[in-house]
Amino acid sequence: MSRPAKQIHLAAHFPGVNNTTVWSDPEAGSHIDFSSFVHFARTAERARFDFLFLAEGLRLREQNGQIYDLDVVGRPDTFTVLAAIAAVTERLGLAGTINSTFNEPYEVARQFASLDHLSAGRAGWNVVTSWDAFTGENFRRGGFLPQERRYERARNFLRTTWKLFDSWHGDEIVADKETGVFLRDARPGAFRHADPDFDIVGQFNVPRSPQGRPIILQAGDSDEGREFAASSADAIFSRYDTLAAGQAFYSDVKGRLARYGRTPEQLVILPASTFVLADTDTEAQELAHEVRLRQVSGETAIRFLEQLWNRDLSGHDPDGPLPEIDPDPGENTVSRGRASVRMYRDPIATAREWRERAEAKKLSIRELIIEVTGRQTFVGAPETVAHGINDLVQADVSDGFILVPHLTPGGLDGFADRVVPLLQEWGVFRTDYQGETLRDHLGIGVDR
Amino acid sequence: MPADRPRRVPSSHPLHLAVALDGAGWHPAAWREPRARPTELFTARYWSELVAEAERGLLDFVTIDDSLGLQSSRHTEPDGRTDQVRGRLDAVLVAARVAPLSRHVGLIPTAVVTHTEPFHISKAIATLDHVSTGRAGVQVRVSGRADEAAHFGRRTLPRPGVEEVTGPAGQGLLADLFEEAADYVEVVRRLWDSWEDDAEIRDIATGRFVDREKLHYIDFEGRRFSVKGPSITPRPPQGQPVVGALAHQSVPYRLVGRVADIGFVTPRDPEQARTIVAEIRAAQAAAGRAEQTVHVFADLAVFLDDSAATARARRARLDERAGGEFASDAEVFVGTPGDLADLLGEWRAAGLAGFRLRPGTLPHDLEQITRVLVPELHRRQAFRRGYEADTLRGLLGLPRPVSRYAAG
Repeated sequence: MSRPAKQIHLAAHFPGVNNTTVWSDPEAGSHIDFSSFVHFARTAERARFDFLFLAEGLRLREQNGQIYDLDVVGRPDTFTVLAAIAAVTERLGLAGTINSTFNEPYEVARQFASLDHLSAGRAGWNVVTSWDAFTGENFRRGGFLPQERRYERARNFLRTTWKLFDSWHGDEIVADKETGVFLRDARPGAFRHADPDFDIVGQFNVPRSPQGRPIILQAGDSDEGREFAASSADAIFSRYDTLAAGQAFYSDVKGRLARYGRTPEQLVILPASTFVLADTDTEAQELAHEVRLRQVSGETAIRFLEQLWNRDLSGHDPDGPLPEIDPDPGENTVSRGRASVRMYRDPIATAREWRERAEAKKLSIRELIIEVTGRQTFVGAPETVAHGINDLVQADVSDGFILVPHLTPGGLDGFADRVVPLLQEWGVFRTDYQGETLRDHLGIGVDR
Repeated sequence: MPADRPRRVPSSHPLHLAVALDGAGWHPAAWREPRARPTELFTARYWSELVAEAERGLLDFVTIDDSLGLQSSRHTEPDGRTDQVRGRLDAVLVAARVAPLSRHVGLIPTAVVTHTEPFHISKAIATLDHVSTGRAGVQVRVSGRADEAAHFGRRTLPRPGVEEVTGPAGQGLLADLFEEAADYVEVVRRLWDSWEDDAEIRDIATGRFVDREKLHYIDFEGRRFSVKGPSITPRPPQGQPVVGALAHQSVPYRLVGRVADIGFVTPRDPEQARTIVAEIRAAQAAAGRAEQTVHVFADLAVFLDDSAATARARRARLDERAGGEFASDAEVFVGTPGDLADLLGEWRAAGLAGFRLRPGTLPHDLEQITRVLVPELHRRQAFRRGYEADTLRGLLGLPRPVSRYAAG
């Protein structure tokens, strides 16, 4: 007996500060004007997506000691722009990255509780940790956190905010004009919390918000990251959107939930994925290649190579072979403010693989980088893309996808107009929102 | 009102008028008024309606109050009272939420500078300026409360608060906190300038999105913090959003003179107003800012009705319900909008640029301002008849500054 078709979850990633985003396209618009956010958010809401997602980075990236200028640079403040987007949407979830290292729980809890009130229950929080002194130079405490303690701090940060969110129970405000009783409780929001990172006491000053707590998203892939997600997150961004790797990740993470008394439905797995749409599969393949060429210019290819090599390779020809010299295995000093460089756990081994691949397929530096970075997940006519998405979800590679368009602000339009209706026709994606809150959209219970 | 009367633009010194929004109004019993909506204080609709009303009255801006602890009838610690509004939303986010629903009115949320990060606040206010297309400001607030410090656990302040420490020790602590606030605003402002206006070039020929020569490290090093920069957020539409501060004594007057565009002050009469303005002008000169515009606004708490007797009776009823006379750091005006218009005219001569009115109750006293006081000022040709600028700086007559880092 086959099980009923899984319902797909979809989220829209506002095009980010990296080379996935093609700013050189004639249709590319502003990354900071509010009108771009309005267009993008309304498209996602029209398509009945679960949520919009905004990434964050707290220091402009640098390479070889200079601000990196080949990608989009500059972003808005996450909380502020999400609160403004709440005014131009009604149901769309509003999720953003907020760092747990360079913030304090009382303030972040106030901001999320406020965003949740102001959006009537649509707030989501991607909890990230960073530890680098480079980013710390913009903040009061500098680079205070040792790398190995970053997940511990994130966990403590999250637990502390939960205590604050839960410090109001939701029944404190009576507001009886006749008797003059505004509060049932003389000490609403009272809390006391102590752990190795936070020792705080007092009263939280935002009443309980519609969702109680914001939805928690998490993106870590290490064993620690997966465990953190299993214990604490409502949704996880993964990097695995192919059949075998995706299924392995899916069963691994879902298998960790029982340990925390949770069921598999309580953690939604959403790989970040790109797509290229055209009228026919052939046209889409051609367009996809053009997009890759725009995403990876010759100079961008050299910069990518430098990030792995940890060396200045500016003298190399992007249309020539890979460098013969090995990467510098020490601390990465070439590229700063970029989390992705930590993906390369063994740079020398990765370089060897790349060289073998380039030699076997006769690839130049640029061609190789096009192959090894930013693979396009779904390429094809609308029907092909819709099948691709649905097949992977039904095969338990994921519960849905966070789509990362390469154009701002119109990159989602074609998907909304041509792919979503197919998924709806097949009964695997909602035709209208069934609930009010982001928690409703994700089908997750209120409390753990 | 004759619409064809020649429009005399009120001279070179137009009157500026703002309202301060907080909870159900500034009187502690305001939430019990018939038109109060105390259960909606934490909804977007409540705030967007108030801001729409302010815009209807052509006001320069609204301020939105905030704090990092519960409201209290005591200055320094929670009071445990259950008969007054407690709890509030983050003011910057309230301002951002209402920004897309308004078009002209300035939005000045309060931000506490004592426990927060200047880098975060700088990009938050820059973003508020982007989402409001040039209508953002910030009112910086120092927190001397020990209970708020305990919410962060990163420093200890004397219990119950700095204001209760008398003598030189108290003044020293206060001076420290305001010194930090001045550094904070300096960092916020440098970050706003850290992107030149034309830093984004999108140069397809060279593949460069930004001209990194136009992005600047701010390299601020102070006693409490150091900040490298540049901001992650491009320069806001106004270049420099408006910075305000509430000030009751010499230490905060110096902060206003050193770093602010607007000082909110609380004189009890025109004579005091004149003294305060002089002190701020001296502080401005001492900080080398004599040439810059620093507007001084007097704060007034207002209870307005068609007759003075009605207003007095209403205020008495509110006081009775609150269990005591309404106490305010600002002068309290109880009377008709016409009498208030008289008072504003008299006080302005003391060198005030305008007034920030604190409605005793919402929405009643706000509507008295927008629907009765403003038309009264129009009859006197003393207030704008339409928004004359698209940005808050424009409304306040402040030029748009070039980035301090731009090559001259």
